[in-house]
Amino acid sequence: MNTTSTPAMLPPLTWKEKLPSIGTLGTLIALLLACLFFATQSDRFLTSENFSLVLQQVMVVGVIAIGQTLIILTAGIDLSCGMVMALGGIVMTKLAVELGLPAPLAILCGIGVTAAFGLVNGLLVTKIKLPPFIVTLGTLNIAFAITQLYSNAQTVTDLPPAMTWLGSTFRIGGTSVAYGVVLMLLMYLGMWFWLRETAAGRHVYAVGNNPEATRLTGIATERVLLGVYVLAGVFYGVAALLSVARTGVGDPNAGQTENLDAITAVVLGGTSLFGGRGVILGSLIGAVIVGVLRNGLTLMGTPSVYQVLITGILVILAVAIDQLSRKGGR
Amino acid sequence: MSTNQKLVMQAKGLVKRYGHVTALDGTDFELRAGEILAVIGDNGAGKSSLIKALSGATIPDEGEILLDGKLINFRSPIDARRAGIETVYQDLAVAAAMSISENLFLGRELRRLGFLGNWLRMLDKKKMLQESIARMQELKVGIRSMTQPVETLSGGQRQCVAVGRAAAFAQHVVIMDEPTAALGVKEGNMVLDLIRRVRDRGLPVVLISHNMPHVFEVADRIHVARLGKRAAVLNPKKISMSDTVAVMTGAMPADKIPAECLAH
Repeated sequence: MNTTSTPAMLPPLTWKEKLPSIGTLGTLIALLLACLFFATQSDRFLTSENFSLVLQQVMVVGVIAIGQTLIILTAGIDLSCGMVMALGGIVMTKLAVELGLPAPLAILCGIGVTAAFGLVNGLLVTKIKLPPFIVTLGTLNIAFAITQLYSNAQTVTDLPPAMTWLGSTFRIGGTSVAYGVVLMLLMYLGMWFWLRETAAGRHVYAVGNNPEATRLTGIATERVLLGVYVLAGVFYGVAALLSVARTGVGDPNAGQTENLDAITAVVLGGTSLFGGRGVILGSLIGAVIVGVLRNGLTLMGTPSVYQVLITGILVILAVAIDQLSRKGGR
Repeated sequence: MSTNQKLVMQAKGLVKRYGHVTALDGTDFELRAGEILAVIGDNGAGKSSLIKALSGATIPDEGEILLDGKLINFRSPIDARRAGIETVYQDLAVAAAMSISENLFLGRELRRLGFLGNWLRMLDKKKMLQESIARMQELKVGIRSMTQPVETLSGGQRQCVAVGRAAAFAQHVVIMDEPTAALGVKEGNMVLDLIRRVRDRGLPVVLISHNMPHVFEVADRIHVARLGKRAAVLNPKKISMSDTVAVMTGAMPADKIPAECLAH
């Protein structure tokens, strides 16, 4: 019956395909280069105490970047992350200080507010089909305004100790480690497992790759998207707690550098802005790069405006590499 | 094909209106066991509406669809899939950055047994990989590695993955909507070979195509859609390609078709 029976041959793997995603590898190399450079510039850079400080500075951006990674993997973007975090921080501190709510309950309420913002973002993206860029640009301003109105632009002080516990440290050998850093690392490991080893996690990638094809296989793509935005909101809430714990106050002006730093961390970490490809641990490395740059440049006595300049250049570089490597793939 | 062959899928008097446009005007449809039925028709003849109704993508306003003699009511493509009808689309519906094996099992992943699967919801990647290899070998799709991302494949190879996925999971029917339209000659032939192998394994195939040589190469019968109805069912071994086009465009009315050219 068959006129020809040549099997459809598939090409063998080349060494390039066997390598892990080039993006993540490049991020590691960039981190090593940055560390090498700063080590030659400052004696204080390569000390365990300094490294512990960098991680503490990184933990807020790092946790926001988890949520941001999830959204970018679905080919979206969240510009509101830092402002939503600031609102969460104000809500939890004000509820605890002014209404006298027990700290755990106040924290849960704060996380509830950031998750609700995630839900609003997600509903606007999935139900009304608005582009995530515009939606989150709107919620960025809304969250900022609510934060200022609710707090009267006043910092919330005299927090109960339970709210700042994650900022305290314990010692491993001679190095002090903040509990918040441990929490961040655990969340990264958890999300890495979820994205890599579970069906729900793989569906996040599938939606980012080809939403229509994913829908046709019977996956409820809207539910995946909505879940991702809500989950990201939860991570912003946890980041709010970490920010409160680190600074010891509820700051209505928090989140302003973290907003873009988190996106920078994700992009530096090799996650594609076009969606569907990336490794979440790359975002952690990306966040550390941002932290190392800020820390190293500060140690060198460089004015902080140069830190902003360099992060800006790095983001564009990372996106350019993403774009060029995709040309080869497709 | 003999007339006494079992009907796998049947539609009677399907009507579908979009506003004042009648896309389906009481069309009938019959798919027999073990055949490749080509569905052809000019633009607007109602072939996509027919396929959408059969695959659950739209709900017809009137008429009934029977699968293995039982009345069915699909509300979504997922319903059709659960009933054992898999559809392959022309635009290479795969997740490019994901592996072949992941694409095959997308939406029906296998979980590990015990604590890892039930509590951590961990996927059984090894089992999915083994089953992917087995299923693709059954269809003689030569695979070097099921773990390579689909984007490293050519268009034809990607379509083979999509056809392979449909064939591996379909219990009753595989519907292919212009599977070769986006492909070159060689790649198109590769997919046609695969379609034949799917049929030879016993799955009936509905093939929607604009490509007459492809239709004549693989089809056992040709369903001609015209003006929202079924104009005729032709026998590709008897009728010529130009007469088929004449039936499709209406240049040859149904009652002028020589009797031996009709498929029974």
